[in-house]
Amino acid sequence: MSSAQVRPSAAPSHPGPIHESGSFAAHVKTLERTIPLHARYENFIGGEWVAPLKGGYFENISPTTGQVICKIARSQAEDVERAVDAAHAAAPAWGRTAVAERARVLNRIADRMEQYLPFLAAVETYDNGKPIRETNLADMPLAVDHFRYFASCVRAQEGSLGELDDDTVAYHYHEPLGVVGQIIPWNFPILMAAWKLAPALAAGNAVIIKPAEQTPMSLLVFAELVQDLLPPGVLNIVNGFGLEAGKPLASNPRIAKIAFTGETTTGRLIMQYASENIIPVTLELGGKSPNIFFADVMREEDDFVDKALEGFAMFALNQGEVCTCPSRALVQRSIYDRFMERAVKRVEKIRQGDPYDMSTQIGAQASNDQYEKILSYFDIGRKEGAKVLTGGVANKLSGDLAGGYYIKPTVFEGHNKMRVFQEEIFGPVVSATVFDTQEQALEIANDTLYGLGAGIWTRDLNTAYRFGRGIKAGRVWTNCYHAYPAHAAFGGYKKSGIGRETHKMMLDHYQQTKNVLVSYGTKALGFF
Amino acid sequence: MEDRVSVSEPARQLIEELKAAHGPIMFHLSGGCCDGSAPMCFQVGEFKLGGVDEKVGEIAGCEFWMAREQFKLWAHTKWMVDVVPGRGASFSLEAPLNKRFLIRSDLCAA
Repeated sequence: MSSAQVRPSAAPSHPGPIHESGSFAAHVKTLERTIPLHARYENFIGGEWVAPLKGGYFENISPTTGQVICKIARSQAEDVERAVDAAHAAAPAWGRTAVAERARVLNRIADRMEQYLPFLAAVETYDNGKPIRETNLADMPLAVDHFRYFASCVRAQEGSLGELDDDTVAYHYHEPLGVVGQIIPWNFPILMAAWKLAPALAAGNAVIIKPAEQTPMSLLVFAELVQDLLPPGVLNIVNGFGLEAGKPLASNPRIAKIAFTGETTTGRLIMQYASENIIPVTLELGGKSPNIFFADVMREEDDFVDKALEGFAMFALNQGEVCTCPSRALVQRSIYDRFMERAVKRVEKIRQGDPYDMSTQIGAQASNDQYEKILSYFDIGRKEGAKVLTGGVANKLSGDLAGGYYIKPTVFEGHNKMRVFQEEIFGPVVSATVFDTQEQALEIANDTLYGLGAGIWTRDLNTAYRFGRGIKAGRVWTNCYHAYPAHAAFGGYKKSGIGRETHKMMLDHYQQTKNVLVSYGTKALGFF
Repeated sequence: MEDRVSVSEPARQLIEELKAAHGPIMFHLSGGCCDGSAPMCFQVGEFKLGGVDEKVGEIAGCEFWMAREQFKLWAHTKWMVDVVPGRGASFSLEAPLNKRFLIRSDLCAA
């Protein structure tokens, strides 16, 4: 790891030294052949790497090993102000930049990310703990596509005109909001940044983004890779803790919008800050998504059964650290025993291990406190009488990984009033229950405070349609799960949040509507 | 009657530290993703309580609140506020100390 604290100003491609030992070392060595990683990362403000004004730093730990991998700027209100200044300096010109040019910049970001895709994927694994198979095959390709998608959307976007009468026309223009704030989570650090940055930048806004304090590194590495592509001040990254850096951003009177992904109490706090400035908020606050398996799934013994069983096991994707984790499985009684026997076997085949091994399917939880929280749910789940069908314990790996935060994929069996059915554990944990009728399935599915995702598995079109419409959730995967294409809206009902992410409708979340109402008539109205 | 919310000794010490640094503090139990289902600690007045919230206990002289709808789902359990090494990505006051409050639950006596 390079100890350099001054950043290269252009996209770097030079090699650097390494640290650590074992399999981890081989991984880091590969990384450092591409671009040096730094012992310390500053804020990215106005196109420059800027030390926090009060000089504080915090340690960033890799959850794969529990070891410190770098230090990160611990910003305060004055650093946020500096970023807001930089964003305001950049926003007018960026907002006036032709959409073709903005789209070109986004496409170039996508190209650069693609060029360095295995590298970015490796950094993400290093920082977050998720398996490198996922960062290579899911996180990074999806993030790349997101920039391309919004580059396309903004070029195809048009205003409108309404011909009100022979003399009068209402023109509607899309205008950028100006300077926007974004606070992103730690479960998909680069992908969640892409979800928020791509539409905001495409729409012509300047952004101040705060990464999560558990996983701040990968977005800074991303910024280092693409910093020569964006005009200074269009993208600003400020690091730090919630109350120290997040509050001065979310409550800043000079931002025009705040977007947040996280949990409900902080979601409310963000809305409270926004209410002081009367600015819009979008929130994505998680869920407790039901995954419903109807009896007809097992009517045949074919590929579809296999697909449905994989759909059950999807709760383990990303160590269960997904807002839409299918963490409640609802299985119809007539197939319950047969289905669950095979489902548990499927789960037991999930390969947990070295996150840097391409065959590993589940890696480390993102932090020690998450790890402890999941274990606390194993405890209350058992106390409530939920039966552990598999897992239910931590997984101690060896060597470099002995200090990492690994949890075995876990299947509970119980009923929907248990806390393991009602609270988002954010771990590789599913709670399974049985239902008899469709009415009962719908009632259980909707008996939750949240409504982000849901899954339905059936061979019957009518059932699929009725449930797709009947479930109070923003995304109902039908005979699939955990697909996140850019051109499909994602967001929550109920306590799961406000607004949507992904899909071209996101442009609206980052734009004002300007109405110019024009009279082409020459005669007075005759009122006065 | 047994208190619904209790506090471990390390958590009590941390609460005293936070009170010394920030003045009166309170807790609100979060729900939802990422750092959800965890106690969030704020200076009194930072987080605006509303009619949807219910005070469910007091620990170390600090009020402990949660949303009433969420409380209904937790009501059969009691909780000890503990602390572990870590760092929630939240606005909770202890985060910069590399510590995180954590709930450990048990069933209420029938």
